[in-house]
Amino acid sequence: MKEKREGFVVFENVQKTYDGNELVVKNLNLEIFKGEFLTMLGPSGSGKTTCLMMLAGFESSTHGEIRLGSKPIGNIPPHKRGIGMVFQNYALFPHMSVGENLAFPLEVRKIGKSFREEKIKRVLEIVKMTDFINRRPAQLSGGQQQRIALARSLVFEPELVLMDEPLGALDKQLREHMQYEIKHIHEQLGVTVVYVTHDQSEALTMSDRVAVFNEGVVQQLDTPVNIYEKPLNSFVAQFIGENNKLVGTIIKESKGVVQAKLRNSKQIKGIRVNSGKEGTDALFSIRPERVFLDKKNSESIEAQVLELIYLGDHVRCRMKVADNEDFILKIPNSSQTTSLRVGQKTQVSWRVEDCRALDLAN
Amino acid sequence: MNNFTEENFSSDGVSLKKKLRRSLFKSKMRAFFLVLPLLAFLAIFFVIPIINLLSQSFLDFRYATLMPGSTQALKDWDGKSFPTEEIAKAMVIDLIQAKKNKTIGKVATRVNRELSGTRSLFTKTARAANKMEAPYMEALIKKDKKWENLKTWQAIKISSMAVTPSYLLAAVDRKYTAEGEIIQQDENRRIHVTLFLRTIEISVIVTLATLLLGYPVAFLMASLPLRTSNLLLILVLLPFWTSLLVRTTAWIAMLQSSGVVNDLLVFLGVTADDARFSLIYNKTGTLIAMTHILLPFMILPIYSVMKTISPSFVMAAKSMGATNWTAFWRVYFPMTIPGVGAGAILVFILAIGYYITPALVGGQDGQMISNIIDFHMRSSLNWNLAAALGLVLLIFILFFFWLYDRFVGIDNMKLG
Repeated sequence: MKEKREGFVVFENVQKTYDGNELVVKNLNLEIFKGEFLTMLGPSGSGKTTCLMMLAGFESSTHGEIRLGSKPIGNIPPHKRGIGMVFQNYALFPHMSVGENLAFPLEVRKIGKSFREEKIKRVLEIVKMTDFINRRPAQLSGGQQQRIALARSLVFEPELVLMDEPLGALDKQLREHMQYEIKHIHEQLGVTVVYVTHDQSEALTMSDRVAVFNEGVVQQLDTPVNIYEKPLNSFVAQFIGENNKLVGTIIKESKGVVQAKLRNSKQIKGIRVNSGKEGTDALFSIRPERVFLDKKNSESIEAQVLELIYLGDHVRCRMKVADNEDFILKIPNSSQTTSLRVGQKTQVSWRVEDCRALDLAN
Repeated sequence: MNNFTEENFSSDGVSLKKKLRRSLFKSKMRAFFLVLPLLAFLAIFFVIPIINLLSQSFLDFRYATLMPGSTQALKDWDGKSFPTEEIAKAMVIDLIQAKKNKTIGKVATRVNRELSGTRSLFTKTARAANKMEAPYMEALIKKDKKWENLKTWQAIKISSMAVTPSYLLAAVDRKYTAEGEIIQQDENRRIHVTLFLRTIEISVIVTLATLLLGYPVAFLMASLPLRTSNLLLILVLLPFWTSLLVRTTAWIAMLQSSGVVNDLLVFLGVTADDARFSLIYNKTGTLIAMTHILLPFMILPIYSVMKTISPSFVMAAKSMGATNWTAFWRVYFPMTIPGVGAGAILVFILAIGYYITPALVGGQDGQMISNIIDFHMRSSLNWNLAAALGLVLLIFILFFFWLYDRFVGIDNMKLG
């Protein structure tokens, strides 16, 4: 970030194992800054939820230290950490009304009744649910329940709020709507948010920074733009968005540009990211929207159309490029697309900067 | 809405509602025929006998059918003045007939229930009845002085009533006088109210004990991983695979004065060898054995409810600042109420009618109302009183059910 400062939440060499054999979290080092919206993104079993639970205090780390506001919190029980939390199943108490649910964190903090009501009113205004104070959770829709769960995690004004796949149970449209809503609330309140999801578009939409988890290791920690545009390894490149993959053997490398020979002995160039030495195989990764159906760019290669799928605003074109039969192009819907036919041979091209040479993992 | 009619009528012009009813009728009939065998079985072997038996608690045609003449004559009697000669005559004729039909024993038993000591009066008088001549009242009195007593005739009048409150009143230690008053039973015959109260007391204690013992076990089972909790579940269900008699007798071996528990207590120095605790053949024995036997009925409903409660509720409560105790008491426990309620009502209702265990280990003061019902069914052969006691017990159970519905709500109950 801009200046060197101690993070609000710090994971230092944190490890976690459940069975004593396998590390679920392998040596995690992570700093989260005050007021930041950080998303832990990864496939299930990647260790992201475990990290969240360790931060909340429901799991203990087997090695390393977690600090909150520069204080180690390893020995502080969950209820003294003052961290708000939102769960995927909302965890609204079914036997209490919305108002009682919201009063709960204030009551256990022994906050007076009038002050309590004022805070509840304010937080209900934030989530736009003022009229629902006397309802029971069962009388609310999924989206409304999620708003109340959000309000309940914010009502006692914690400095840190953890969200564990909070939108996972909602349908697509509502989920997208709530993404913006949570983002706006975050901006409005300036609270620090740690958000766990396996949905990459959610992560890209909402976060200041995204930590991509796989196999207990943070693969890349960066802004959404860099995560998408400049993936540091083949896992991140494949997990975030779509990618065209071409495998080639490295011939030579100079000034950060790798040159390689594809299986059909056609040569290809790409920006070196974490590819290996000369003579080893590398994965060249190009985003579908950065490939064009012409010869205008520096890298040009022969391709054959295998399938055309009409998607309204664009046409998805599957092609055979070198030995890859899953080479995808996204052609914007314009007069140009109409001329394309299945079986047709053509040329596709891209800029060298858009082709990234990565490690060949699995 | 110009195709309104098209929506409501299918092509052949029959209204859709009628068609729906027709198709539903078919599936309803199929469902009905599927349950018909069980329904018939229940009706013939369960519902009808129960109704028949319970009706005996207030219906008794015995005297009226066996002694029709005196029944008719006593109908107009006011119960206060001395019976007329006409009544006496009818009585003698009835007695002769009863003696001939060999039904006098039944009649005597019936009247004896209203006034003890009248059995011999009836059998004795009947033997001499065919030699009696008018005036009959004097002849009766000459045979036995008791015929002079107004109380005898009052007892006969009460016995002759087909619809009688006597048994139900006897079930709650009351009796009915010929003047139409309800008074308390004689002191030495008052046992039922005490037994009912003791039955309720034992049931309440057993319910509370199973709740206290069962709740933590259910909680443990719900929070353990599936493999371990299944093993525990088998252990909980294990008693069901053993006969009730075996389990109860096992408690005798455990609790008797030279039993395992007492031996252990003596060994540990808790009590002296000559002052062993009497843990069995009394109320303590009944309580211990019943708590053990009914425990699974408490654990299972609670466990099945707890299993559905996501751990995130307690986690949410803690993250909001609740201590372990607050999170349990204000969040977790209220969510287990449906299971607790189901378990409690199940155990309570089973306990209130419990029979074998108190009979085997209850001794004198550990007997419950079912034991006295059994006594009247098999020993005293007073089925009418047994039915009346059963009816009162049923009313008790319905009352507690209503109470439960009132405060917990029957729809709030989850049996698994």
